[in-house]
Amino acid sequence: MPDHILILAPLLAPLLGGVFCIFFWKNLKVQQTIYLLATSFTLLMGLALLQRVDEQGIISLQAGNWEAPFGITLVVDMLSALMLSASALLGMVIHFFSLSHTSVTLERKHFGYYPALLLMLFGIHGALITGDIFNLYVWFEVMLISSFVLLTLGGEEGQLEGAVKYVTINFIASSLFLAGIGILYGISGSTNMAQLSVYLHAEDISPIVYVGFLFFLISFGIKAALFPLFFWLPASYHTPPIAISAIIAGLLTKVGIYALFRTAIFIFPSDMPIFQNLILWLAGLTMLSGMMGALAQQDYRKILSYLIISHMGYMVMGLGIGTQLAISGAVFYILHSIIVKSNLFFMGGLIGKFSKTFDLTKAGGLYKKLPILSSCFFISAMSLSGIPPLSGFWGKYVLARAGLEQQDYWIVGVALLTGLLTLLSVGRVWLKMFLKSAESKTVEPQMSERYFSAQHPGMYSTVLLLMLLVLAMSFYPEPFVQWSETAAQHLLNRELYIEEVLGTIDQTNEHASN
Amino acid sequence: MTIITGVLYAAGVYLLMQRSFIKLVIGIILFAHASNFFLFTAGGITRAMPAFVHNGQPDVEKLADPLPQALILTAIVIGLGIQAFAIVLLKRVYHVTGTSDLDKLRTTDREEEHA
Repeated sequence: MPDHILILAPLLAPLLGGVFCIFFWKNLKVQQTIYLLATSFTLLMGLALLQRVDEQGIISLQAGNWEAPFGITLVVDMLSALMLSASALLGMVIHFFSLSHTSVTLERKHFGYYPALLLMLFGIHGALITGDIFNLYVWFEVMLISSFVLLTLGGEEGQLEGAVKYVTINFIASSLFLAGIGILYGISGSTNMAQLSVYLHAEDISPIVYVGFLFFLISFGIKAALFPLFFWLPASYHTPPIAISAIIAGLLTKVGIYALFRTAIFIFPSDMPIFQNLILWLAGLTMLSGMMGALAQQDYRKILSYLIISHMGYMVMGLGIGTQLAISGAVFYILHSIIVKSNLFFMGGLIGKFSKTFDLTKAGGLYKKLPILSSCFFISAMSLSGIPPLSGFWGKYVLARAGLEQQDYWIVGVALLTGLLTLLSVGRVWLKMFLKSAESKTVEPQMSERYFSAQHPGMYSTVLLLMLLVLAMSFYPEPFVQWSETAAQHLLNRELYIEEVLGTIDQTNEHASN
Repeated sequence: MTIITGVLYAAGVYLLMQRSFIKLVIGIILFAHASNFFLFTAGGITRAMPAFVHNGQPDVEKLADPLPQALILTAIVIGLGIQAFAIVLLKRVYHVTGTSDLDKLRTTDREEEHA
């Protein structure tokens, strides 16, 4: 299949799917079919892209045949391809999870659940493969507006309150992002990422570039929930139905991290020592403060929200260390985190269905009643806290080794401490929700796991499917490690990307001097 | 132009800090305008001709750069969409919670009471 179809397919499938879903507004069955078709096609195309990029290196497409620095460029490198496949996968499994009307109510589905999901995937994929920084802003907005809709769908009090904070803070982040684009355009006269990268690396850069970088850092930091800017996340992520929480939590913050990687490593010169230190500090503080939050909470979903924040720190830590090893570790960690975090949220949905509460102090004794689900939780939780040989361990191990090589000992210490505290935090959940018998006088449902799983086949199969993936990543990490290494190579060797987008380097310097 | 940008940013931030919904919305709008102005200023404005090429090739130096304007146009449209969404959302919140005070919207942050 030619490159350009491969690049466009993951954009067109969700877009067309979303549009057709709106045509069949009243007919839920048709919407579900369209959704399944669109997402599984996207997943296939994502995997095909992954393979193509693995064989041929970076591929690109000039939209409308406008030459590179002038038109809109779509580029797929390894990082984009990996994240695209992960997001398509999550988009597909969420279909199974939301099949039963108990996970997402019928009313919500009738008010555009499927179109909003598809359009959000459309925005995410666009953000992942665009090669133009202003376009990135536009894709971000596509994604955000759909996520606003998903977050408020159903209109319960908590949802609306969370959404007020989410909308406001994201709006500010987008405005700052726009200001950063303004600065970059002002000094370089281009919004093409490859061109910007050439420009910013070639000349003696003026100090205003640092201001531009700060704008980007704050904006993406808000979206990725980094240290001082994360407060909106625990306020809003646990409010919608768990299926929506899972996909938003699994993907949106990671897109923020992706954008940060793209700008910080690729566009801006990475030898800015002040910012490397700043980013490392941010990483450490993010890990610790998220952890503190997680330890203080009693609600399963809120604990997960704080754990998300804390584990964003690891990815940023890879960025801060900045060697190839560190970045490949971070990429591996992103993949692991997308799968494990969503799966934990999905399990939370099942637990909530079973015991009618998310409160640690009220639920209890789940291990006796639901042994399979409990084992899944146990494995995911251990993987999250980095117990070997599970997937979280590989990511942490690579990151720690990279940190030691660069002699950033304190950040490695913080990372290991966070790993321990994660263990403490999920251990607390394990102990209180699964092992200890329930204290409360509420009537616990007395059904067996077989009966329960037969009631919610879709939700169960989702959890088991993602579980298998986690196990695959744990015991057969070879391809994943290789892919993340390729991704790091693509990110750090800017020439590959620039050559693919702009042609030869000489030609680009001519453009830059014009 | 720079002064306008600064004033708009300041006013926007000030209003975002307020507790009332209406002020929040106006703050969002002003902030958006400030960003658009900033983009415009940073993109470089000149008192040059519009970028239309008439008979033959005029001096390129005399033409204004159309790209910042195109970017701002896009940004305005997107910003408008979000503002509309925010207004509807806040109206809905007012209906559901019966308050227009942002400080009272804290149920999602608070620990649930253990009865």
